[in-house]
Amino acid sequence: MTQIVSAPALEMRGITKRYPGVVANDGIDLDIKPGEIHALLGENGAGKSTLMNILYGLATPDEGEILLDGVPTTIAGPSDAIDRGISMVHQHFMLVPVLSVADNILLGEETMANPIFLDRREAHRRIVELGKRFGFEIDPDVKVANLSVGWQQRVEILKALYREARILVLDEPTAVLTPQETKEIFEVLRRLAAEGHSIIFISHKLYEVLEIADRITVIRRGKVVGSRVPAETDEDDLAALMVGRNVQLVVDRGESHPAGPALTVSDLRVADDRGHEAVKGVTFDVRAGEILGVAGVAGNGQDEMVEALTGLRKPTSGRVELNGRDVTGTGPRELQKYGMSFVPGDRQRFGLVLSFPLEDNLVLTQYDEAPYARGPFRNETAIHDWAKRAIAEYDIRTPSATVSAGTLSGGNQQKAVVAREFSRDLKALILDQPTRGLDVGSIEFIHRQAIAKRDAGAAILLVSAELDEVMELSDRIAVMYRGEIVALVDGPSAQREDIGLYMATGRSDPEAMAATTTSMTAAVAAAAGADAGLTGSSASDAGLDANPDASPDASPGPKTGSGPGNGPDGPDRGGGE
Amino acid sequence: MNTLRRLYALSIIPVVSIVLALLVGSVLIILSSPASQGHLDFLLPLTAYEALIEGATGFSFLNVDPAQHLSFAISFDGTLAARALTNTVAAAAPLVLTGLAVGVGFKAGLFNIGGTGQVLVGGFAAALAGAAVAHQPAPIAVTIAVICGALGGALWGFIPGALKAFTGAHEVVLTIMLNSLAALIIVGLVNDVFKISGPTFARTAGVGNATLPILFGRNGSLGVLIALAVVPIAYTLIYRTTLGFEIRTVGANPSAARYAGMSPRKLIILTMTLCGLFSGLAGTIEILGLGYYPAVFGTSIGFTGITVALLGRAHPVGILLAAILLGAMRAGAPSMQITAHIPLEIIDVIQGLILLFLAAELVIRRLLRIRADRVTPGELKSVARSYGQGNV
Repeated sequence: MTQIVSAPALEMRGITKRYPGVVANDGIDLDIKPGEIHALLGENGAGKSTLMNILYGLATPDEGEILLDGVPTTIAGPSDAIDRGISMVHQHFMLVPVLSVADNILLGEETMANPIFLDRREAHRRIVELGKRFGFEIDPDVKVANLSVGWQQRVEILKALYREARILVLDEPTAVLTPQETKEIFEVLRRLAAEGHSIIFISHKLYEVLEIADRITVIRRGKVVGSRVPAETDEDDLAALMVGRNVQLVVDRGESHPAGPALTVSDLRVADDRGHEAVKGVTFDVRAGEILGVAGVAGNGQDEMVEALTGLRKPTSGRVELNGRDVTGTGPRELQKYGMSFVPGDRQRFGLVLSFPLEDNLVLTQYDEAPYARGPFRNETAIHDWAKRAIAEYDIRTPSATVSAGTLSGGNQQKAVVAREFSRDLKALILDQPTRGLDVGSIEFIHRQAIAKRDAGAAILLVSAELDEVMELSDRIAVMYRGEIVALVDGPSAQREDIGLYMATGRSDPEAMAATTTSMTAAVAAAAGADAGLTGSSASDAGLDANPDASPDASPGPKTGSGPGNGPDGPDRGGGE
Repeated sequence: MNTLRRLYALSIIPVVSIVLALLVGSVLIILSSPASQGHLDFLLPLTAYEALIEGATGFSFLNVDPAQHLSFAISFDGTLAARALTNTVAAAAPLVLTGLAVGVGFKAGLFNIGGTGQVLVGGFAAALAGAAVAHQPAPIAVTIAVICGALGGALWGFIPGALKAFTGAHEVVLTIMLNSLAALIIVGLVNDVFKISGPTFARTAGVGNATLPILFGRNGSLGVLIALAVVPIAYTLIYRTTLGFEIRTVGANPSAARYAGMSPRKLIILTMTLCGLFSGLAGTIEILGLGYYPAVFGTSIGFTGITVALLGRAHPVGILLAAILLGAMRAGAPSMQITAHIPLEIIDVIQGLILLFLAAELVIRRLLRIRADRVTPGELKSVARSYGQGNV
């Protein structure tokens, strides 16, 4: 319960912002008290980003005013916002990977001992001191590329603190974090709040909001539709507020009636871009009419496996069969012909051409098939008709079929991909992070569609970093850890904790949990280890589908000795293909 | 989005670039006036540009009397205009083709600066083929020579395309080298193997009946029609066929193209070949207009194609308009030289300035507070990408 009686650190009054055709913010009132963690909740396109852009000086409101400590203020731009103590931690980090932590923090805020040289020593001192104050020891000399995502986030927060931010805006800070990392970040946020910082926390994840926030403001279609205190609300209530109707957070998946194996994978090995073996001999099958979920912390070989299965990457060895046909190393075009559909994890990189009209994106994988093509020519009428149908059937919210896909919100972009990939007669469907970054309404919709496809007899492979999603949808669950499948269990009876343990350690032995820690050195070593493709021997005792360690370049266990700076350099960005 | 706003968003930067180039050009004309006029002449740009317009269109709005007094007097002479416009159109025709050779490349995310080499090889192939069929009936001779010229250019586009696709070598580097290679090999061949005795300078044999027929005016040849016909073909190819969709997808997002089952490798080779074919046609209509291939065939139409493509925003219709504008500048330059005593080269300077301002789009937007639009095609991105990473 919040009984803070001080004046608001920030007050936004009657903020209205109109864009051609839409009112993005419609008289929004928001006040944040000092030391408060205030969650901002809303669907994609509800107006959260616009509101935060106004606060950060990136947009000017048409009406309304902003008060800082009770004083009406005009915020001219991001640098003005920073000067006034407002800082933003973006969802996609704005860090330079090849620079050190200290240099990243200094960037744009160089402390000058004299007009020519940087005062690095003073900067170091302040960074270390700030880290200590908020409960994380950080080595300012480590390259950002060698840090795990969780630590990179801390660097972003430090950057804000270094600039003496009093109001921090965190845009979906947990989207890229593991449950463990999320806990740690929450600890940091609580300490920040305890020191009097005000935090605006933007998230889609209802249970997180309930856990961390002091107050929750819900925005729908540009208006504040409600304000709640966690103790007086629950997930269903928040979801209903957000979407404007009752939402089924967990889609009723019913019972599956699987037939024979449709997609069979045996001893598949795949190398990553740098030639390290990322997938180390996985074997599984997906039966027609079932959903096999692959759980795992991001970066454990899932991307490479999916790319190999969908023809984007050639496996080094192993065999993939689709309905009895050997499709190992077959390209995307042929796989599509054989009835495979693929919803890629990175919709903006693979799934869509953002600069193209929505309707062109809706035929991106069918453009050369009838009726969308007539001989060598495109059939614009057929494309347009299908686009109209898809927009209606899949509830894609767009002004028209001809606006470029890049102007749509993330949820609607994903619906477009789903509309395209689900709409054909398919035998196997690979869903890679199908709901990443989406709001509850879109998630519910996509989950329903997936279940419907399953019941229509499709074999579905679901790869997701969201454990909840895997748990909710899967008939069977495989856990991937360092390129291997370390567990393969029945979906409905699986225990969340067990799966989480396999995800974090590759085995069911709780002692291994000691490996996860808040210490910087261990985090760096772990990141470096995963980076170099080091193979722990941990998988062999996990049983089930585990593959005994057979990797030729395997080192004996994780190298704990490789401290900061000793790890291999980050992803090779200079390289060619 | 309505059509008018779209049109504005697409054309504002080219228009501003032209205006700025003309303004800076006039400063240079004023600064150089002591050399040409004997004194600093602040009105010289006006006279110069007026003469340029008159030379390109036959339309005159200034009267300069012998005492250097200016007065406005609109005059229009039908025959003069017909001749001027024919000159403009004839100068524009090869630029349309070299512009397309760059613009279509941009659509696939490729920066083809091998126009010059492709023009030379295309022209040379047309000259050799033309000489071989010089005594056939004209329709047959012209058809064969034109086809050979186009194929010659296509070959010179195919080579860098294949090298890029299979080795990952950068198309900018490849095409620059192939420009020199083409120029030197052909000069060698014309001076040696294919030199004919008779003329005082080295040249290949005449193309006889393969010479492009003049359809209108003094120099309005079949080449103008060829260039005009290619514009709708290119438009249809890019925007109305599935192949064009593949080309545009590879250019806009190579990863998505791979995901969609397209073959970036095949498309790179195909697009570069097509670009070479367009340039080859440009060289063909130049050489088949001239009637033979001279050892000293200096041509800038290949490089001018880059300006044309950027000015036309890589769209076939825009390229047509841009080519007509630059063609008009070519056609009007001699009249400017005669009337205002300004060297022809000022046209190259203005053209270079246009390119400079087009390339500095971000700076221009910032300075003139022109809002970024969302309809800009990715052509400038391909230019930038060409220097950074060129891989697919």
